[in-house]
Amino acid sequence: MRQFAKLIDNLIYTRSRNAKLALIADYLKSTLDPHRGWALAALTDGLDFSAVKSSTIRTLAQSRIDPQLFKLSRDHVGDTAETVALIWPGHGEICNDPTVDEVVNTLHSTTRMNALSTLGTLLDTLDAESRYAMLKLATGGMRVGVSARLAKVAFAKAFAVSVDQVEEYWHAFSPPYTELFAWADHNAEPPDLSRIPYFRPFMLAHPLEDTVLNLADYVAEWKWDGIRVQLCRTHGETRMYSRGGEEISASFPDIVSEFKCDGVVDGELMVRGDYQGGEAASFNALQQRLGRKKVSNKMLEEAPAFVRLYDIMVDGKADVRLLAWTKRRAILEHFVKQLPKDRFDLSNVIEADSFEVLENLRDSAREAAIEGLMLKRRDGAYLSGRRTGQWYKWKRDPLVADCVMMYAQRGNGRRASFFSDYTFGCWNDRGELLPVGKAYSGFTDEELKWLDTFVRSNTIKRYGPVREVKKSLVLEVAFDSIHKSRRHKSGLAMRFPRIVRIRKDKPAEEADIISTLQKMVS
Amino acid sequence: MTAHSHWIEPHPQGVYVRPADIWIDPSRPSANAIITHGHADHARAGHGHIIATPETLAIVELRYGKTQCKVLHVGDSFTINGVRFSLHPAGHVLGSAQVLMEYDNERVVVTGDFKRRHDPTCAAFELVPCDIFITEATFGLPVYCHPPTEFEIAKLLEQQAIHSDRCILIGAYALGKAQRVIAELRAAGMNGPIYLHGALEKMCSLYDDWGVELGDLRPVADADRDDMRGQIVMCPPSALHDRWSRRLPDPVTAFASGWMRLRQRARQKNIEIPLVISDHADWNELTQTIKQLNPRETWITHGSEDGLLRWAELNQIKARALSMVGRDDEDGS
Repeated sequence: MRQFAKLIDNLIYTRSRNAKLALIADYLKSTLDPHRGWALAALTDGLDFSAVKSSTIRTLAQSRIDPQLFKLSRDHVGDTAETVALIWPGHGEICNDPTVDEVVNTLHSTTRMNALSTLGTLLDTLDAESRYAMLKLATGGMRVGVSARLAKVAFAKAFAVSVDQVEEYWHAFSPPYTELFAWADHNAEPPDLSRIPYFRPFMLAHPLEDTVLNLADYVAEWKWDGIRVQLCRTHGETRMYSRGGEEISASFPDIVSEFKCDGVVDGELMVRGDYQGGEAASFNALQQRLGRKKVSNKMLEEAPAFVRLYDIMVDGKADVRLLAWTKRRAILEHFVKQLPKDRFDLSNVIEADSFEVLENLRDSAREAAIEGLMLKRRDGAYLSGRRTGQWYKWKRDPLVADCVMMYAQRGNGRRASFFSDYTFGCWNDRGELLPVGKAYSGFTDEELKWLDTFVRSNTIKRYGPVREVKKSLVLEVAFDSIHKSRRHKSGLAMRFPRIVRIRKDKPAEEADIISTLQKMVS
Repeated sequence: MTAHSHWIEPHPQGVYVRPADIWIDPSRPSANAIITHGHADHARAGHGHIIATPETLAIVELRYGKTQCKVLHVGDSFTINGVRFSLHPAGHVLGSAQVLMEYDNERVVVTGDFKRRHDPTCAAFELVPCDIFITEATFGLPVYCHPPTEFEIAKLLEQQAIHSDRCILIGAYALGKAQRVIAELRAAGMNGPIYLHGALEKMCSLYDDWGVELGDLRPVADADRDDMRGQIVMCPPSALHDRWSRRLPDPVTAFASGWMRLRQRARQKNIEIPLVISDHADWNELTQTIKQLNPRETWITHGSEDGLLRWAELNQIKARALSMVGRDDEDGS
């Protein structure tokens, strides 16, 4: 475990991408199965110990440390795992350094009933660095500045195999990926995937920004605001995957049971909203269903899901990814005819011969489920990841409002110890400030320092970790859309709000009013 | 404030001793000031008359020029209007001292900043029994248990060995931390040259004048880039990511500070080698010191007072926070 903990710490402190790649590759080469497989799973977010939650760890910590001291420490550190790792009494001197496999097995065998005692014993046997690594492993999300993609690149680099092949095989196996190591490290036969509906890596888009394109080479279609999914079927089994390759079949039985043609398609999962006459509803409606392991019949009726298809990767048994978009589109149009219409439809192609026309179309489409436009190269193959010159997303300009900062809280992770999470509000007609949203991004590091100082010197009240500030600072907030919500006093909720500018020049009284925001509701 | 200790007044700008009309570490210019040690947040410019250890006075003079002053050696005392003052080692940096005041059968100690563990560059902290213990609490949370200094020095030397074609650039506070890291390196048997940023040179030679041997120190300004490969270079924290460091051979950045205990703090500062070496008492040292002294009351000047107050409450120890202003966290972070 110490080796793994050392890898984690080294990754945290290493800035350069190449150095991170080298660290991971070295670890994978010099570590045995199954330990390296578990480590790789941890780096790619592939481990899930359902009995261990962040709250379990908090409860555990408070059984050994005074709850108030723990809370003060947690707020100061900004990370539960790190707090517990540092605060836990003892230095693990009594231990003989358990292996990663032993730790993972212990975590796997943990139930909700015995989680506290099992974790407690485990923490007692580890030193502070290993405690940190173990807690991160147990709760998921290593926060070491390594994406799943980077870990796979490191794997490919370690054993001199192609990263595209790694991506392809990746989802057919589960941790600790012994077969994957057997193939890459020991020249075993490549895995046979023909009978498994496995995940294929998605093709992704670059933001268009200032890129100059010849529109004749590209086709335009709407970018729908749902979640990107992949449906795979082979040998009588259908699976649905999210963009990151996570299987989400269980949350959407209404879709999965209706997809009965062998093949793999790429589309946008959305739900139909009643009040929109059966049209695609906002992302908000979809969110109600995400992350549910079981779905009630009521939910299936009220928010029926459907998939709007963008592309096809496999038709029957034939992999069509290397064909041009135009050819794949023809195949997809044929393919969709075999599927039930109320569950699957096609994302239409938009006809436009100039960017001006496109821009007009984009900006006039205020439909809730449209996020912007996609531009795809007509002769392009379906490739994994973001490729220059192939696909571009052209999002609608965000909505903006001037809001007043009301509360601030310390951030987590990189923003730990800074007051970086801000709740802001707008005025109602009685001159009261009501909260409309919370944001913790959009600002530069310099601005963050300034905001942190503002909060510290303008605090008027403290509620535990939350500071109430003098209502004097106007923040220009951008957001993708705004919805009615019963959860907030203002009756509004923003989607993806971020702070675009600090309006030091604007008096708080001149910030926006609630009724202006209500007019933006989609 | 209890009726007993009426003669000691905590103010946001420092501790005031009314019968003697003397401030301790005042943050505003004052007529008479006792200075516990030479760090800028305790020793400010512009006081009328200052009293301190000879080492601290030398440091103040180096920083602010000649001042009106009175030397008070550790262990000696003087009395004004019935208040008897004496200084006792605080173990923080060269010359650092706690102030003991005796008046009306009461003993009050102001620590300034202090630490308990060994430091080759200054005298060790002395436990001074008292009724009122006025302490700092920079690391007043139980997450701050600093590892043994030898571990951190070993980590540093290991990194130096790995990066034979680069240099290790250590950010360290110009007074105290820089000299301590150097002295600890020497104690670990590292006898090679250590290169210094200009801002550290004067303080290092002051330490040398006071008998703290720091070995082979060389100015970066006179060195060739290639000479510094595989070597250790030291600079004040502000120069770590400054244009100045471009003259160095591909530096690996290290930072010596108690705050480096937190991974995210190190990341925020883009530190590749965090060295948890602090000149402040960690949580265990703070709480142990209070337990050993067992004063009637503990007053906390600055730092994470909430944590230490809670600990005091749990241990049925009488404590209060003074919320003093203008005290930096260690290394200004």
